[in-house]
Amino acid sequence: MNRPDGRKFDELREIEAKAGIIKRADGSASFKIGDTIAYAAVYGPRNLYPKFLQNPEKGVLRCNYNMMPFSGSGERIRPGSSRRSKEISLVTQKALLPAINLNEFPNSVIDIFIEFPQTDAGSRCAGICAVSIALAEAGIPMKELVAAVAVGLVNGEVAIDLSKEEEDLGGAVDIPIAVTTRSGKISLLQMDGMIKAEDIKKGVALGKKACQKIFEIQKKALKEKYNTE
Amino acid sequence: MSLLIKDKDIVVPGEELAKGIEYSPGYGTYKDKEGIVASRLGLVNIRDKEISLVPLSGRYMPQRDDVIIGQIEDISFSGWRVDTGSAYSAMLSVRDATSEYINKGADLTRFYDLGDYIVTKILNVTSQKLIDLTMKGPGLRKLVGGRIIEVNAHKVPRIIGKAGSMVSLIKEHTNCKITVGQNGLIWIDGSPADELVAVNTIRKIEREAHISGLTDKIKAYLEECCKKNEQA
Repeated sequence: MNRPDGRKFDELREIEAKAGIIKRADGSASFKIGDTIAYAAVYGPRNLYPKFLQNPEKGVLRCNYNMMPFSGSGERIRPGSSRRSKEISLVTQKALLPAINLNEFPNSVIDIFIEFPQTDAGSRCAGICAVSIALAEAGIPMKELVAAVAVGLVNGEVAIDLSKEEEDLGGAVDIPIAVTTRSGKISLLQMDGMIKAEDIKKGVALGKKACQKIFEIQKKALKEKYNTE
Repeated sequence: MSLLIKDKDIVVPGEELAKGIEYSPGYGTYKDKEGIVASRLGLVNIRDKEISLVPLSGRYMPQRDDVIIGQIEDISFSGWRVDTGSAYSAMLSVRDATSEYINKGADLTRFYDLGDYIVTKILNVTSQKLIDLTMKGPGLRKLVGGRIIEVNAHKVPRIIGKAGSMVSLIKEHTNCKITVGQNGLIWIDGSPADELVAVNTIRKIEREAHISGLTDKIKAYLEECCKKNEQA
């Protein structure tokens, strides 16, 4: 069986990444994968109030995931935070924390805003990829970048980077994975659907490989911003 | 046992810079099992087998002995709280502000009022980023008139130039008084047309800070601007 859009099972959708797209932010990036578009803006380190949120040991990382009302696949998305967006904000934060060093910024906050003008599955992964570029561009000390991709089952076969069409097929499984690009550790792993243990292993291996490809794209985006000529 | 990048290359976090133990890690890098790795976005600087990174972006981090331009944010019994343009505000105590005798409970706005900009020096920064300032030193003063512009703090060394060469170049051509704070705030005072040329020049330097041979380029740009101003 083939995939609906004719991709190979280990083929990513077309990716376009750009760093430094939002002038007033300290760091920003866009990450387009297939029809999913993520914009990330990083502000800070800056003052954190109310004061009880401050941590004297290290800085605080705050994530904000937001799908724009017109971004979905038909139905208008109610603006503002929802159960789903809160969850994704949280897992995004947890996916990024192992890679960044916040010890230099006690009592302050780094704010991250991820906006989606258009989504076609894999938005949390696209968001993490975008934020990773934006954090680097904001000059935040980080051990490595974080790349993310979804793996899953399409027509019973292990595949990476599912589109919305594939996600909606019967029996589809969706497993978003975030990988730190140097140490190769997994910082996000969620699952939706039923899948055999060996398929998960196979999927994670494919996902890790795909994340290395995404890392090269992230690297290129950052370097292009400062291209000398 | 070898270098994986060249001097002046731009590297991203997690990018391996060198393998083995021949080189030692400097600012912006760290060492892991295999080699030296970049821990931030920056320009590679190799000096005597030490690899360090020159940051290209990011907010200002207060450092001891930096001369900065700050804005008075609040006034308390014992001094002023100053916005440093970073995540942390600083304290200027009456003791460090003036050698004049000030009565207890005197009106401190007589010296610096809310919203005033001052050129000040950082005395000390603690691990918790508590900052003490002083006004005692050459050139430290309240700024009156002129305009303030903000640039990225990491571009300040380029704007000042080697031994102040770049900033004196702008001063010469525009007849403006210019003070550059390490925190990226720049004060410019001159005639409106001159100020505009100075601002545009500084913006140009900020945009092209990572390009080598910038001084000559800026010199040509300034001469062209001055010519245009004379014609107008």
